[in-house]
Amino acid sequence: MNFLAAVGRVFLGFLEHTGRLSVFTVVALSHCVRPPIYHRLIGRQMMEIGYFSLPVVGLTAIFTGMVLALQSHTGFARFSAEGAVATVVVLSVTRELGPVLAGLMVAGRIGAAMAAEIGTMQVTEQVDALVTLSTNPFKYLVAPRIIAGLLMLPCLVLVADIIGVFGGFLVGVYQLGYNPATYLHSSWEYLKPIDVISGLVKASVFGFVISLMGCYNGYHSRGGAQGVGQATTNAVVSASILILTSNYILTALFFNK
Amino acid sequence: MTAQAKIQLVDVHKSFGSKSVLDGVTVDIAAGESFVVIGGSGTGKSVMLKCILGLMRPDQGSILVDGEETVGMAARDRERVLKKFGMLFQGAALFDSLSVWENVAFGLIQGLRMDRRKAHDKAIEKLYQVGLGADVAKLSPAELSGGMQKRVALARAIAAEPEIIFFDEPTTGLDPIMADVINDLIVKCVKELGATAVSITHDMHSARKISDRMAMLYHGKLIWVGRTADVDRSDSAYVDQFIHGRADGPIKMELRR
Ligand SMILES: Nc1ncnc2c1ncn2[C@@H]1O[C@H](COP(=O)(O)OP(=O)(O)OP(=O)(O)O)[C@@H](O)[C@H]1O
Ligand SMILES: [Mg+2]
Repeated sequence: MNFLAAVGRVFLGFLEHTGRLSVFTVVALSHCVRPPIYHRLIGRQMMEIGYFSLPVVGLTAIFTGMVLALQSHTGFARFSAEGAVATVVVLSVTRELGPVLAGLMVAGRIGAAMAAEIGTMQVTEQVDALVTLSTNPFKYLVAPRIIAGLLMLPCLVLVADIIGVFGGFLVGVYQLGYNPATYLHSSWEYLKPIDVISGLVKASVFGFVISLMGCYNGYHSRGGAQGVGQATTNAVVSASILILTSNYILTALFFNK
Repeated sequence: MTAQAKIQLVDVHKSFGSKSVLDGVTVDIAAGESFVVIGGSGTGKSVMLKCILGLMRPDQGSILVDGEETVGMAARDRERVLKKFGMLFQGAALFDSLSVWENVAFGLIQGLRMDRRKAHDKAIEKLYQVGLGADVAKLSPAELSGGMQKRVALARAIAAEPEIIFFDEPTTGLDPIMADVINDLIVKCVKELGATAVSITHDMHSARKISDRMAMLYHGKLIWVGRTADVDRSDSAYVDQFIHGRADGPIKMELRR
């Protein structure tokens, strides 16, 4: 009997959570499109997400591109397919590794910061103070972060794509001895717009997920420093899992013909 | 029945889990009066204010502001009603991402859409009224002492000159002289601006000075409500014990059990 009760409790808890998240998402989105829009706050969040994440995302991208060239070269040598290295690098980076790795890095950097900031505001009654000063916390705190996440992640991923491919090029030319012109040519030859576009669409979804999870967990944090710590962990973990899950779904939608 | 009450609480109940905090609070607060709520720590004074502001939803009962029912009000109406209120939070709740003057001017800029320059001058004036010079205006709240933060929060609460002002322990953490300056300021807000003030305080000297009427909250009910001049003739052993701060009396008997 106890076992059944425990299962029931977990299930009810899950339903409650899902319901609360759905309501939160709908309210947050409605505030993204309804005036007033706080341009200054959106600008600040765009700087935070886009500009200040560049070093982290750039480093991730360049080493990913480099390692990819190295791995595919040694791997493909077994069946004399070294000519495909450039194509493999460019397709893997634009379709998958650029968006997913940038998403995960930004989830750690930005998702955590959002949850910590909003969570601290919640437990120190700053969110209540916003309400008493006739300012909707969704409009003031959540909407700018979601808009900035939606817009900036594609930009970051575009940069990551370029840097990643460049990393592969560096290793290909200077370490593995490919001809630069041939390498560039085969990079371009099989690349289609959809490869890049699908990556950017994914990035936008990931940006949304990161901001949403950061804000949601921060907004619902309770009980002082410990609660804020818990919210931060939850924000990063849930954003990462949702990124990987939605990545699979989006890939299936784009390429499963 | 004389003029309509500004704030009316009718049988308000609020509990957290199995713990009942407000257990049938009924009171009328007239327009333009200064009302003080006293009561032991943890008896639910702050919760009562938050229920009136709609930051917490009472489980039962009704709360009327200017004759308008606010419990279960739609978000849009709530925003309109909240424009009448200013609130000083017990823990100050300053926005730590903004400077001191931006905190004070927040309601002016966001709520009343005032020009930033004008709002700045107004903020400096309000800071001056709470005994802070223009030199602190550019600091961040984290750089101030606890008492200074409290005064900044006070300046923020009165900056937009609201009709109704709530002060949650306005003089806690201040030296006796500054506490008296704040008392005078509260009296001035009520007398000169015609505001309705509801204050919570543990400082009986301050309570007597600022209030027209007092009420004592005990075990979730207002056990005594009356004019300040009558507080020494309350015929309530609880009130007597509280205002004289005696360790023995009926309240201690409850604690021992
Ligand atoms: N968000 C909350 N969740 C659970 N319990 C709460 C919450 N807020 C307040 N309480 C409980 O309600 C009771 C009253 O709290 P409240 O803050 O109103 O006390 P208070 O009268 O203002 O005391 P003090 O004079 O110390 O400020 C406390 O016992 C507290 O434990
Ligand atoms: Mg309190």
